[in-house]
Amino acid sequence: MGWLTLLVFSPMVGILLLILVPSTQDKLQKRIAVSCSILPLLLALIVYQQFHSGANLSLSIPWISFGQYPFLYTIEYDLGVSGFSLVLIILTAVLMVVSMVTATMQIDKAWKQYALLTLLLEIGILGVFASQNLILFFIFFELTLVPMFLLIGRWGGFEKERAAYSYLLYNGVGSAILLIVMVVLFANVGSTNYEAIANASLSEELSMGLLIALLLAFGVKLPIVPLHTWMVRVHVQAPPALVMIHAGVLLKIGAYGLMQFGIGFFPAAFQDVAPLLAILGLVNLLYGACIAFVQKELRSIFAYSSISHMGIVLLGIAAMNEAGLQGAMFQTVSHGLIAALVFFLIGVLKAKTDTTHMRRLGGLSRTMPVTAGVLLAVGLASLGLPGMSGFVSEFMTFLGIFESMPVIAAIGTIGIILTAAYILRAIMDITFGKEVLPQDGVMDLQGKEWIPVSIMLGLIVLIGVFPTSLTHSIQTSVEAIVLRIGG
Amino acid sequence: MDMETLLAYDWGIMAPEFTIIIVATLLSLMDLFLPNHFPRKWFSAFAAMAVLLAFVFTIGQLGQEANMILYDTYRLDLFATSFKLLLLIGAGLVLSLAASYQRKQDQGEFYYLLLTALLGAMMMASSADLITLFVGLELLSIASYILVGLDKHALKSNESAMKYVINGGISTAITLFGFSYLYGLTGSTQLTTISEILPSLIRTPAQGLVIMAFIMTFVGLAFKISTVPFHMWTPDVYEGAPIPVTAFLSIVSKAAGFIIILRVFLTLFGALEGLSLNETFMQSMSLWIGVLAAITMVLGNILALRQHNMKRLFAYSSVAHAGYLLVPLVALSTLTLENIWFYLLVYMFMTAGGLAVIFVLYEKHGTLDLEMFTGLYKRSPALAILMTIFLLSLAGIPGTAGFIGKLNIILGALSTDPAPIILVSIMIAATVLSYVFYFGILVQIYFRSNPFPVTIKLPIVMKTTLWICAIAIVGLGIFPNIALDFYHHHVDLFQITEMLWLSE
Repeated sequence: MGWLTLLVFSPMVGILLLILVPSTQDKLQKRIAVSCSILPLLLALIVYQQFHSGANLSLSIPWISFGQYPFLYTIEYDLGVSGFSLVLIILTAVLMVVSMVTATMQIDKAWKQYALLTLLLEIGILGVFASQNLILFFIFFELTLVPMFLLIGRWGGFEKERAAYSYLLYNGVGSAILLIVMVVLFANVGSTNYEAIANASLSEELSMGLLIALLLAFGVKLPIVPLHTWMVRVHVQAPPALVMIHAGVLLKIGAYGLMQFGIGFFPAAFQDVAPLLAILGLVNLLYGACIAFVQKELRSIFAYSSISHMGIVLLGIAAMNEAGLQGAMFQTVSHGLIAALVFFLIGVLKAKTDTTHMRRLGGLSRTMPVTAGVLLAVGLASLGLPGMSGFVSEFMTFLGIFESMPVIAAIGTIGIILTAAYILRAIMDITFGKEVLPQDGVMDLQGKEWIPVSIMLGLIVLIGVFPTSLTHSIQTSVEAIVLRIGG
Repeated sequence: MDMETLLAYDWGIMAPEFTIIIVATLLSLMDLFLPNHFPRKWFSAFAAMAVLLAFVFTIGQLGQEANMILYDTYRLDLFATSFKLLLLIGAGLVLSLAASYQRKQDQGEFYYLLLTALLGAMMMASSADLITLFVGLELLSIASYILVGLDKHALKSNESAMKYVINGGISTAITLFGFSYLYGLTGSTQLTTISEILPSLIRTPAQGLVIMAFIMTFVGLAFKISTVPFHMWTPDVYEGAPIPVTAFLSIVSKAAGFIIILRVFLTLFGALEGLSLNETFMQSMSLWIGVLAAITMVLGNILALRQHNMKRLFAYSSVAHAGYLLVPLVALSTLTLENIWFYLLVYMFMTAGGLAVIFVLYEKHGTLDLEMFTGLYKRSPALAILMTIFLLSLAGIPGTAGFIGKLNIILGALSTDPAPIILVSIMIAATVLSYVFYFGILVQIYFRSNPFPVTIKLPIVMKTTLWICAIAIVGLGIFPNIALDFYHHHVDLFQITEMLWLSE
């Protein structure tokens, strides 16, 4: 069995318990959901501890075999973690707890189904990061598709079904491309195990072709402009508790895939594509920032802000050196926390003021001082204030990209300024703008709401102040990749 | 043929067919002589027992040496056995669906016609001669024509029976036309003999006629599996026929179509030298079949997008699936048979399940419109979840057997050289396209509010069938090796390759 299998399938416990408890017992249902989302986190911490004590966590069991001897293809059930994927697993587990707590406050209708689907989604995401085998990766990857579709379509905003469909189709196309890549690799290498593929020698054209297909597949997930429209829709339409997971972890699958498969499998071809990727990253960074600047609605602003920040991840990957990759990984984690916290706050604002429109939120510092303060803090983290996680990521990324592509890096710095501009404008308008909200009736953060805020803010500052807490884990992954690209 | 010759045959190998034919005859006699008030519903139990018994006999035949009787016109080999198992499973599912079908009049003919059609399909699986093949085909077809028109008083049913007969007649004529070329070229109706003579005709002036024979036969047989160019009947006939018959057409009849195509084409053309050097005849023709497969997949899914009638939607979905199933035929490899076998098996469960849910809702609400699913989750969570499983499997989402089936096909196709990458890409694109309408049904089930304030109670047989289908789909989705190993253990690849001359 192994710890990893336990970890990946641990949300099943919650699913079973929820099925057994009748949906009329709302309170009990909520309690079960929250406590069962803590279980994967505990297991993730155990795995983390085991990983760092040098235990061998990987596991490989023959699972499906096609064809007969001597034409046998076998798919193994391979699980394992690297430093980076482990960090993402922990991020997933943390955000899941936080999101579940948030959901208890924000989701009113059909709680049982919501919790069931979210837990199912968690199995998918954990599986994605714990797989050591492309087909297994794909299966878990697709497993996230169905619950997300239902969650967006059922609990979303006004245009929820449209958002659900565009999510489904864009990601469906993305995973279809991934499927082709996978199967071509399988037919050529005879295995879909990561290591086996990385060690296989493929012809140059084939590698290039597959890499471009991979870029498309993960480009949708990340998302790379112009494949981003679905993501904005999801951010705006989905319930905030779900967007915390979506922006926090699901988008990260794209970054993870690019690093794990893109560089991991085709290091030589990746070298050739890197400039293109850097340009795409630049476009993401600047385009996202510019559009965010003109948005009038908080969710849209931060949706485009996510696009912009994913540009930084792309730049870091494109740098193809230690600092850049480290930056990309840092940004992945840091943006996960920041985005989750932002969407938590948006959820709070939406619940209490029934609006996320900037013009109608003015003067927040008077009516909801604490919320406004936290919003300011996370805004500053997002624009990369030293001492926050955003700073380390941007610093490392630009360190890397300046080393390998100085021109692009120079242009990229404009993005940082733009980021500062739009975030400060948005936060200033909201916190200190013209007062429109009535003083009474609107309540500030209270009770349970402190849990998510303190966890996420704490982690953001922790990573900002002690980057080693993260480097400690991801360093092995960075080194492994750098070794492959021969740098 | 004297008595001695007759007795010398190893009749035991026809035990499954005998079981079916005896029960079919008994049922027809009982229908004649039993008093009118005797409920014919009981026939379903007899028919089901016959299918079960035949299934047991067929299982017993697994692993036997290939054997031919009746002047080498009837052949029992592992190909026949493995596919007969599928036909019997399919027939079992159809019967269990039919058991809860409430007709206005109690009709016994449904059951013995169904068994007759099944017999035809089984004969096709075992035939080694064009004549036997054709007789099997016609037995299946004629029985299905009547089955489609079984609701005598329903205008739709009459209309679709008429359409089916006419279209079927044309396709039969074309098939027969193709067969006549084969006979004319080789002077034999024996598949093995034909396959021995055909190679001498390639790269001679007669080559054109061989191609003609191939195309005509293929086009004619395409009718049964409802691929382009003979797919037009599918939605109309599916819509008009009683639901158990629709299930029969899309499960048993389609499987039979694939069986006959595999039998004829792989035996006759599988190892035949191709039009240019270093390729087989099937490879020379693969572009042609590939184009048909691609059009079928894309057209089936695109047309399904616009359907509101659930039976029509399933009809187009069945067209699309026929397209997927042609892919292994384009990319011939040792995985071809396994791919088609496994996919047909999975397809049976998911289609039977889907149609069963439609059937239940139709009985309840009297509509076949998409809105029958509206708010289903509120009315009957169990039914909603079952339908979700069937739909996800039809759409090919991982975790279900439908995904493994597709993966299997794609893998088989890409392991050939040269790999038909474009065709595989079209297949995957078509799959993504199909998400739209399969998930459209999910939208109705989960997102829309409930217009029918009735709760649904399922008859026990129906409930069992649904759960069997769902468990089979999820089970095979997570542990596909249950079925694959069964196939690997019992179906000796070498015997198959020997039969199909794939061994080069």
